[in-house]
Amino acid sequence: MTNALIAITILWGFVFIYAVMATMDFGAGFWSMVYYNRDKTKATNIANRYLSPTWEVTNVFIVNIVVGVYSLFPGAAYTLGTVLLIPGSIILLLLSIRSAFLVFSHVADDYRKILTYISGISGIIIPAFLISVLPVSHGGFVDFTDGKHILLLKDLFTSPNEYAFIAFAICSTLFLSSLLLADYSKAAKERDAYEVYRRDSMILGPITLASAFLIMLTLRTESTWLYEKMMDHLPLLLTSLFFFIVGGLAIYLPKDKNGIKGYPRLAVISVTLQYMIASYVYGHAHLPYFIYPGLTIESGFTDPSSFRAVFTIYIVGFLILFPGFVYFWSLFMKDKRYVRQKTE
Amino acid sequence: MDDLTIARSLFGTTMAFHIIFATLGVGIPLMVLVAEILYQRTKDAEYAIMGKRWTRAFAVLLGVGIPSGTIAGVQLSLLWPGFMEVIGRVMALPFQIEMYAFFIEALFMSIYVYAANRILPWMRILSLVLVVIGGLASAVLITNVHAFEGTPAGFKIVNGRITDIDPWAAFFNPSFFVTAGHVGLSAYVTGAFTIASVSAYKMLKCDFGSKIYKFHHKALMLCLLTGGIFAFLTAINGHESAQGLHEYQPEKLAAAEGLFVTQSHAPLAIGGFTDRKSEEVKWAIEVPWALSFLAGNSFDTEVKGLHDFPENDWPPLFVHTLFNAMVGIGSLLILVALAAYVWNKLMKKERFLKWMLWVFVFTGPLAILGIEFGWIFACTGRQPWTIYHILTTADSVTTSGNIATLFALFTGMYLILGIAVVLVLLYYFKRHPAEKELENEDDAGVSIYT
Ligand code: HDD
Ligand code: HEM
Ligand code: HEM
Repeated sequence: MTNALIAITILWGFVFIYAVMATMDFGAGFWSMVYYNRDKTKATNIANRYLSPTWEVTNVFIVNIVVGVYSLFPGAAYTLGTVLLIPGSIILLLLSIRSAFLVFSHVADDYRKILTYISGISGIIIPAFLISVLPVSHGGFVDFTDGKHILLLKDLFTSPNEYAFIAFAICSTLFLSSLLLADYSKAAKERDAYEVYRRDSMILGPITLASAFLIMLTLRTESTWLYEKMMDHLPLLLTSLFFFIVGGLAIYLPKDKNGIKGYPRLAVISVTLQYMIASYVYGHAHLPYFIYPGLTIESGFTDPSSFRAVFTIYIVGFLILFPGFVYFWSLFMKDKRYVRQKTE
Repeated sequence: MDDLTIARSLFGTTMAFHIIFATLGVGIPLMVLVAEILYQRTKDAEYAIMGKRWTRAFAVLLGVGIPSGTIAGVQLSLLWPGFMEVIGRVMALPFQIEMYAFFIEALFMSIYVYAANRILPWMRILSLVLVVIGGLASAVLITNVHAFEGTPAGFKIVNGRITDIDPWAAFFNPSFFVTAGHVGLSAYVTGAFTIASVSAYKMLKCDFGSKIYKFHHKALMLCLLTGGIFAFLTAINGHESAQGLHEYQPEKLAAAEGLFVTQSHAPLAIGGFTDRKSEEVKWAIEVPWALSFLAGNSFDTEVKGLHDFPENDWPPLFVHTLFNAMVGIGSLLILVALAAYVWNKLMKKERFLKWMLWVFVFTGPLAILGIEFGWIFACTGRQPWTIYHILTTADSVTTSGNIATLFALFTGMYLILGIAVVLVLLYYFKRHPAEKELENEDDAGVSIYT
């Protein structure tokens, strides 16, 4: 493996982790808004219990990605920064509103409803803009003439491919988060909330799958190079589909020993595997381009000595932080006193 | 306005906004830690109540500090892609290490706030220590990037290409320790005096001798003591910063002091405004020979004047006023803390006079102004460079247009968030007054959010 390949793999890992964490995060915010008025089911409480301690940690990941791009691929920083000025700024504006009002909603009881609505709605739009970075990277929407890099916003927002991606992002957000919350509420023994989230995930699963097919369909005509390279990995794509079906069966079919339908834990794991495989195929097919065809990973890669230093820091930092993550996980995901606390 | 000016205004506004929350985000956890340690040692429930209340304020401030910091980090590469290309190659380490500092702060902050009642006392202290370390580390590391901009090191430029990169030499650039120390210390000053302001204001509003009055009095003295010590350390370290300018960025020092002609036995101009036409500092008090002494510890030290540099490279001359305002605020804060100590502890006066309390009320806002002036001085005084004598601001800026709209949008959002956060804090503490918590002292030790 060349150093550039190692670097892009690390970056892919960050993007994947963020994608999963962010869908859970934004989705949970959205559900806590949707079920705001249903006191009986506790669905909102469950969403908040997950959300309160985790949003900060999730946010660090997006910063980490940005920092990762310019420290590992400074040559790409110039083009990416220029091209993404507008979409990036929109994301920043939405993200700020969302985080701030999320925190405010936990503090200002009398205004909780309106604050939850503001953060829930701005939160669900963010994935749509975040994922727009992908179609931009497929080329076609960037004007490279005269050494300038200009994003053709009008072309982007009239492209069916862009909308397929947006649909996929929003569906995935809702699907993954409802699945996770189903699991979380089952662990919390909140039967009503569990039924609500299980039903949501059962509805959203097939829709999400359909939107994924829509992406492939539109990709075929709009970014043929990428489509063809992805199809080279057809067996992997089918494996990914297989895990999706396993996940679907796990939530639809079986009854456990208490007579409750569905194994959400198994569904969460297999659906996460499914996303992982699919995004590996996507990422692999995307190589060696950052932005097709003008910007490759080799041309943007950093200096070897800087790479060594940054890589060392990744390893050391990971070793230091790992126990912290485990402790965090055990306090908020596993500790029954937290997960099952009485809801007022 | 051209795109460069708008980009500078936009970034400057973002930073000016973020820095308020960032500084408090570094400073307040230290005060919480002090309170928590005092509580565990004295078992005086009032300290636990202080710690809890400050933590809640901090958690609300985080809700703005984190997104505004995210904006700062991303805007750096959106608005200054030319700059970030160089930084990415040479100076990526502080940003990378900072990520771990953020993680530590975020993880243990959540643990301290949401799991306080489920973890052991020593684990609470450890979590807080990690939050304090995480906050300080993120300030120190990002400041390192700023230090590098003023005293770049660890690379060479041959024929316009960057070579011989040594990331650790860049990391330990000459002004790293002094600058990072200054930012860390001044953050503790600001955190302490901001809380002191609130306590003093509350004391004005309640009866002398009541339980609640004593509670705020205790908090006030704690903050003034901590703040005073750190203000003193900040001043000593600031003096070293100025000597650093003398050595590495002489034109910045010349602009800060309004000195046009290179000379030994240079006078120090305190206050006033630099006038470009007459080349003097108007309405200033001049202390003969003092500048030479401050710059190099001897009256013979030759201090460079602006005329030694091409006029195109001069920083804007108003930085003299900013610099003086910062130093003035620093000196004032030391005096206020000292006076309060003498009055209360040496003269054993139990009661502060009303006007004294009003002076304390103003210390917090003044400290924040000190931070703002200091940063605008440091960043604007570096102009026209983003990387001193290597990369100009004009070469760093983005080439895509439309920035004016973004400037309006971001400024509007800062306004909304700024107003909202103040309202939320007022609302929350009105609904949860300290009186109520003092009545229920027994369960003071447990959960932060009850
Ligand atoms: C409460 C805030 C505060 C206070 C009381 C002071 N400072 Fe300060 N100062 C800052 C807050 C600050 C800052 C905002 O943190 C800066 C901006 C950039 C930096 O490195 O720190 C700064 C920068 C800064 C610089 C410029 C460094 C550079 O441009 O690289 C100098 C020379 C000083 N300070 C000197 C002093 C002196 C002699 C003080 C005497 C009392 C003082 N400061 C008090
Ligand atoms: C340590 C962190 C900081 C870094 C790395 C940093 C870096 C930069 C960079 C790259 C620029 C743009 C290019 C330039 O004008 O030189 C800039 C400009 C600016 N920054 Fe900073 N900055 C930091 C902190 C701050 C803070 C806290 C403030 C708060 C007041 C601030 C105020 C400004 C202003 C006002 C400008 C515009 C300069 C001008 O137009 O004259 N900066 N800074
Ligand atoms: C000296 C100036 C600065 C100080 C003292 C400082 C300190 C902090 C602190 C303590 C936080 C945690 C949030 C909080 O406690 O409110 C924070 C957040 C953040 N800051 Fe700053 N910061 C400074 C300047 C900058 C600059 C110039 C950047 C941009 C490169 C930046 C990027 C960030 C980011 C990305 C976050 C959010 C991290 C997260 O997601 O948790 N900061 N900053």
